[in-house]
Amino acid sequence: MILLRRLLRQPLAIACLAVITLVVLACVFASLVAPYDPYAQDLANILSGPSGTHWLGTDALGRDVLSRILYGGRVTLFGTLQAVVTYVVIGVSIGLIAGTIGGIVDSILMRVADVIQSIPALITLLVVLAVFGRSETAAMVSFGIFASAGLMRVVRGVSMIARTEPYVAAGTVAGLGPFQILWRHIRPAVIGPVLTQVSLFAGIAMLVEASLGFLNLGVLPPAASWGNLVSDAQLAINRQQWLLVPTGGIVALMCLCLTLLGIALRDTYSSKSTAGGKSLSSWRSFAATMRRVPATPAAAAPALVSEYSQTAGREILLEVQDLSVAVGDLTLVDGVSFDVGRGETIGIVGESGCGKSMTVSGLLRVPPPGATISAARLTLGGEDLLGLSEQQMHKVRGKRIAYISQEPISSLDPLHVAGRQVAEAVRAHRGVSRSEARRIALELLASVRLPDPEAVYTKYPHEMSGGMAQRVAIARALAGEPELLIADEPTTALDVSVQAGVLDLLVDLRDQRGMSLILVTHDWGVLADVCDRAIVMYAGQIVEDAPTADLIAAPRHPYSAALLESIPAKVAPGVLLPMIGGTVPAPADWPSSCRFAGRCRFATDDCTHAPIPLTPTVTGVSRCVHVDRLEEKEAADAVTTA
Amino acid sequence: MLRLVGGRALLALPLLFIVSILSFVLASFAPGSIAASILGTGATPDQIARVEQQLGTNRPVLSQYGDWLAHAVRGDLGSSLFNGESVTALLASRMSITLSLAIAALLFAVVLGIALGAFSAIRGGIAARITDGLSVLLMSVPNFWFATILLAILAVQLGLFSVSGYVPFGVSPRDWVASLFLPVIALMVGSMASLALNTRSEMLTVLKADFVKSLRANGIPVGRILFVHTLRNAAAPLLPVVGLLFVGLLGGTVLMEQIFGMGGLGALAVTATTQHDLPVIQGIVVFYTLAVIVVFLVLDVLVSYVNPKVRAS
Repeated sequence: MILLRRLLRQPLAIACLAVITLVVLACVFASLVAPYDPYAQDLANILSGPSGTHWLGTDALGRDVLSRILYGGRVTLFGTLQAVVTYVVIGVSIGLIAGTIGGIVDSILMRVADVIQSIPALITLLVVLAVFGRSETAAMVSFGIFASAGLMRVVRGVSMIARTEPYVAAGTVAGLGPFQILWRHIRPAVIGPVLTQVSLFAGIAMLVEASLGFLNLGVLPPAASWGNLVSDAQLAINRQQWLLVPTGGIVALMCLCLTLLGIALRDTYSSKSTAGGKSLSSWRSFAATMRRVPATPAAAAPALVSEYSQTAGREILLEVQDLSVAVGDLTLVDGVSFDVGRGETIGIVGESGCGKSMTVSGLLRVPPPGATISAARLTLGGEDLLGLSEQQMHKVRGKRIAYISQEPISSLDPLHVAGRQVAEAVRAHRGVSRSEARRIALELLASVRLPDPEAVYTKYPHEMSGGMAQRVAIARALAGEPELLIADEPTTALDVSVQAGVLDLLVDLRDQRGMSLILVTHDWGVLADVCDRAIVMYAGQIVEDAPTADLIAAPRHPYSAALLESIPAKVAPGVLLPMIGGTVPAPADWPSSCRFAGRCRFATDDCTHAPIPLTPTVTGVSRCVHVDRLEEKEAADAVTTA
Repeated sequence: MLRLVGGRALLALPLLFIVSILSFVLASFAPGSIAASILGTGATPDQIARVEQQLGTNRPVLSQYGDWLAHAVRGDLGSSLFNGESVTALLASRMSITLSLAIAALLFAVVLGIALGAFSAIRGGIAARITDGLSVLLMSVPNFWFATILLAILAVQLGLFSVSGYVPFGVSPRDWVASLFLPVIALMVGSMASLALNTRSEMLTVLKADFVKSLRANGIPVGRILFVHTLRNAAAPLLPVVGLLFVGLLGGTVLMEQIFGMGGLGALAVTATTQHDLPVIQGIVVFYTLAVIVVFLVLDVLVSYVNPKVRAS
């Protein structure tokens, strides 16, 4: 019923329903509505076009076309109904049996469906008509039977998925009977797809009925059906072409409405399952809207960070000022500023949903569709990236900034061997010949310490382990000899035993090639081992940015402190592991003042009044008004441990 | 590859068997006697019995089927009940018309449908919405009506094409193309439209995949992302759809042959239907099933070429 309500919010769906209802009613009550008897001949007006007396004209025998369409509709609509009822009854029941029983019953039923679907429907109908001698009911019922194989597949698929849902499995365990499961869990999952299929099938069944009529295999003249009206019109094609318009037009109109209704139904239930987020409508919708914003005073803070770090005489490679990423009306990354020096590694930490990945997607300009990226400044080696067109930016990606993702296997195209995917990147960035690209790709595969590059070259992603695939992905990222490598949780999805290996590889490659590295992670161990600086993000903002060693030794933001306290290794055995109460708020609920205040043990009224700026600390910057209290506490802790 | 083809061909044999036995059994349910329908009303029971004896239709269904099968494997599909012509010869003389129609329509539908769908998935915006809207419209238009309109406008009013008839390729390749043009267009638009919509939605599904983001983030040329990666991944689920479209197109040839006056298998099927000429219909069913099996086989090979996981198993 929710489905119905959603459907009735779409004007097009309402229009289609209205047309269908109107036509069906007019045909059912043809004897009341039709202006003439369908057989009455007006011999003075043969093959007339539309006129005041005959709204849709007359046919070769002077019969009123409108009246014949209304009476003929009874035949066509009834035939369609017969097919649809058969289709639903058989398709749904067999589909449920196959989907809920499974096993051998299922595989036999699927085989039968395969066979049935490979026979042309119209031919089947010819056989049936030959055998049963022009029985339209026999033909339409058989058509329903044959077509139900398609519905059966849909119902089976949906009920199979529904059956394996954890909550349905839990219901079984809790002792719900099969019929209760069917009614409570499977019925709601199946109803949307079934209605969609029924609507689409009704259109097809109508076309088939009309086809039979057109071939004069349906009702016998002078009785009318929509199909044989077109056939009559075709016979008169040399004398009056108007006749074609209303006769075929009514079939087309009804089919169009049924098809559109089916599509609207499908959109309705599929949008229910993929709620939230903007859906991808085309390749072009990937292109983000870019906006340059004036630097806000708050952006002065990273300059301070730079100042402190410039004392070490570093050369800045990437400079980010006030980077924001918004998708729809939601700002997911809010005014992030930092820089990365050459050969430097910075880590971005925070819980899930804090905007870490979105920040790097924004940098690379590969955010989800419909995003707006804005920044005051975004430069790479002094070159402005913000002003680049999408095409120009695409040349920067891979060549100067490369990327590896969290899920190594799915980051590779499943249909191409690993080597080709590396060679493809080599060709794209170095413009070498095919054979040269292959040679370089093998070199790269060796450089990521894959023991047998030749063997890996010809492996498909599904034949590789996660660690192997991640090394291939790293090799591909190195193809353009990038100055900056962005690794979005490169070890999270890997087995613990291979995590260290991949991380060591990244560090060694960074050192050999003088690359800079941005590592998105939530692993403090990784951060401590690898990163020169750590950026802590919370709810789309940077809350602290400091050299890793300093940050771990003395966090200057309560969130960093809380995260550090919840590391198991740091807690003495026997002591309950501290956790941060609550969860990261959803982007829509981010307050303009301190976003962590709700979970913070230091929170006071000062925290919830106004936006909190990043301010310099001894070690870096922090977005907290209570930095001094953290420092006092640290001093006190130092005294007690001493 | 050879093993795959061989395996699939073996799997297809039972299908042929099932289809043929099914149509045979169905025929046995037919109310009334075939002999009676040949002789027409007014035939005496004696005459009917004699004709039944001649045709062998008075024997049990299974024995009749066995007989048919024994001949069928040797390429003899029996003869027409009406004029005694060999069904095999009938099929052989007419199949080129039907196959020309169905295969040409399939090729056009695949090439144009995928192109339109890819255009819509890549380009987006108003142009794509128009493409999608047109596709839905074309799917809903009855192809026999569309064919008649084409005929009315292009052939009758403008005189651009001959109104009807089929010219064999051997006689004149140019006229062969001209005689096929309208029926092929009318036949394929619906399939083209549905393939366009399918292609669009499959491509959009692939574009959401992780690896597309990785390809974009690593600067792989856009053309390669779209055509080497996205389209190829989309092709795997599209190929079975193409198979089903062919089944539909084969059925559609019946209508096109009728409208354009081409004496192919479809026209034969319609005549045989009105005459209750079951051996002919049986032959046509077997032939169509065979054609579908061959197309499915080709598609299976293509799927295994596209998808390494299928190839491995």
